Amino acid sequence: MSNPVLCDELIAKSYEELTANFDWSVAERELGYQPGDPINIGWMCSDRICRLGMAGKVALDWEDYQGNQARFTFDDLRALSNTIANFLCELGILPGERVCLFMDRVPELYIGLLGILKTGAVVQPLFSAFGDESLLVRLQNAETTAIITQKKHVHKVRKIREQLPNLRHIIVVDPGDSVLQEREVAFRMEQMPRVENFAVYPTTAESPSLLHYTSGTTGQPKGAQHVHYSIISQYLTTKWALDLQPDDIYWCNADPGWVTGTSYGIIGPWSNGATQVVLDSGFNAERWYGFLAKQRVTVWYSAPTAIRLLMKEGTDVVRRHDLSSLRYLASVGEPLNAEAVLWSEQAFGKPFHDTFWQTETGCIVITNFPGMPIKPGSMGRPFPGITATVLNTKTYEPITETGIAGLIALRPGWPSQARGYWHNETGYKAKFKHGWYLCGDRASIDSDGYYWFMGRDDDVINTGGHLVGPFEIESALLEHPAVHESAAVAKPDPVNMEVVKAFVTLKRGYTPSDDLELEIMNHIRKRLSPLAMPQEIEFVESLPKTRSGKIVRRVLRCKEFNEPVGDLSTIMDD
Amino acid sequence: MDTIMDDITKAVHDYVVREYLEEGDEREVTETTPLISGGIVDSFSMVSLKRFLEKKYQIQIPDADATPDAFDTLQRIVALVHRFQKPATVGA
Repeated sequence: MSNPVLCDELIAKSYEELTANFDWSVAERELGYQPGDPINIGWMCSDRICRLGMAGKVALDWEDYQGNQARFTFDDLRALSNTIANFLCELGILPGERVCLFMDRVPELYIGLLGILKTGAVVQPLFSAFGDESLLVRLQNAETTAIITQKKHVHKVRKIREQLPNLRHIIVVDPGDSVLQEREVAFRMEQMPRVENFAVYPTTAESPSLLHYTSGTTGQPKGAQHVHYSIISQYLTTKWALDLQPDDIYWCNADPGWVTGTSYGIIGPWSNGATQVVLDSGFNAERWYGFLAKQRVTVWYSAPTAIRLLMKEGTDVVRRHDLSSLRYLASVGEPLNAEAVLWSEQAFGKPFHDTFWQTETGCIVITNFPGMPIKPGSMGRPFPGITATVLNTKTYEPITETGIAGLIALRPGWPSQARGYWHNETGYKAKFKHGWYLCGDRASIDSDGYYWFMGRDDDVINTGGHLVGPFEIESALLEHPAVHESAAVAKPDPVNMEVVKAFVTLKRGYTPSDDLELEIMNHIRKRLSPLAMPQEIEFVESLPKTRSGKIVRRVLRCKEFNEPVGDLSTIMDD
Repeated sequence: MDTIMDDITKAVHDYVVREYLEEGDEREVTETTPLISGGIVDSFSMVSLKRFLEKKYQIQIPDADATPDAFDTLQRIVALVHRFQKPATVGA
């Protein structure tokens, strides 16, 4: 490869040294877990840390966009998660039931996750910007029993609750003076009597822990079901791939509505007993740099979209802040382009380390390991204990030549691998071929064993690091009175890698206009989410279809990417 | 000029409150309320706000100028609109 190679200043243990004779039991030993014992993530991240003598250590330093602040020690985490767990038990929540977290990045979200897990119930985190339709399909699918939310989001739950017979409790953490309605109950965490002792439910390695929803090409979103044993790889990858050490101050930009925000925004740092900081604020370069400087952040886990937005703001704003505390930078979401890695060297004096993983993997699986030379633009190499390859797209056999694109595939069996899709065994089975788990992405491997991302292998749109399914968008588009047919595809974007573009045919009586385009965009934004909102709508006379009438998104996508469409003869007969 | 500023501010204010503030969100939106960093308008939704401005004021805002910083308050948005309005339109 022609890209330059950068070396870290801080050399941790060598990749080869850690990979040789690797066994996940190293993490089991460090966490004090023996196979067959009960294992509970909620307990591991709070009570266990207190028992290690770190009860008084700061676990969470939180701040919002208005400057409100709160600080919680590991002992606070322990007692407050007990308090939440006790409250849920008194409501009658049973082990195995699904409890949704639907909040902005407030302390109740982070501590609530531990509390739910302590009851043996399953956490269903959902992004608070989801519209009512996105919320409905996920709560229906999971047959969710309770939802913990904020006053500002409760109206979305009220809109759909009649369609959710299983939803018995709507818990509002900041009700203020508002009048609560049927099934709603207030929970003011800081005002509740702290519960010092709670009998943590004795979950075991394979007990369900989290249900994270992710999008596919067809059908509605799928709930990737994780288990308590996932902490084994989340703990170790945080320590090794993010190089998190006991005295670090850690900031993960991800929202816990998505898997990065739970695996590396809660479980990873807290199982390591690290202090993490959270800024509940939208993007603002000046504020972000100010926060990094004020908190003396040492390890920063961000995302390519955020990094590219920072690049747009230039380096003058960087120079106005003392960022000398930064020691290790990493990135996740979509491939980190080489320019961003090189810019990071200029701006911060150190590179961002790209990491690759997804909702179903639960932990980092391919990474630019600390101490390993970085090839800017590369995803890095497989994490120790992960057997990865790229497969031929037709035979599903590993490709042995270097530089040839294939499907990224992993040998099943690492601790945080999703155990299935909720109520969708067929969908999960379809992810496996010849004993390999298929990630749905294409890459090539170079002669040094580094992976190079090539693109998705399906119609899923990766926008700003989040996967958006075309089916969900198209279904919502058809709800608009003007839309006759639609197709949603990815369109390249310099900041978000991809954005959603919709092709729409209109019903008789409607004519294309700027007003209509904006109206449809806002319709999707409110029904689904801002991520799913088409950033462009092209009104067309007709859509490309197979002979049986199925819309061929590939033709439209290739047009957007200026790629050859290739042979369509087989799919046109579909 | 002030009157025009006020008209634009009010139009953008009303649009933001109607389209982006969630039902039940009682926050007051003033000329200096942080919209992007305050989480009222996220960076994805900024595109629809940009479209609204371009359509209503018949302007083109280049992508390079449509930064989260430039869209963070009503005050800054109005300044952006003025920057890209043709002089004749401003005085109209």
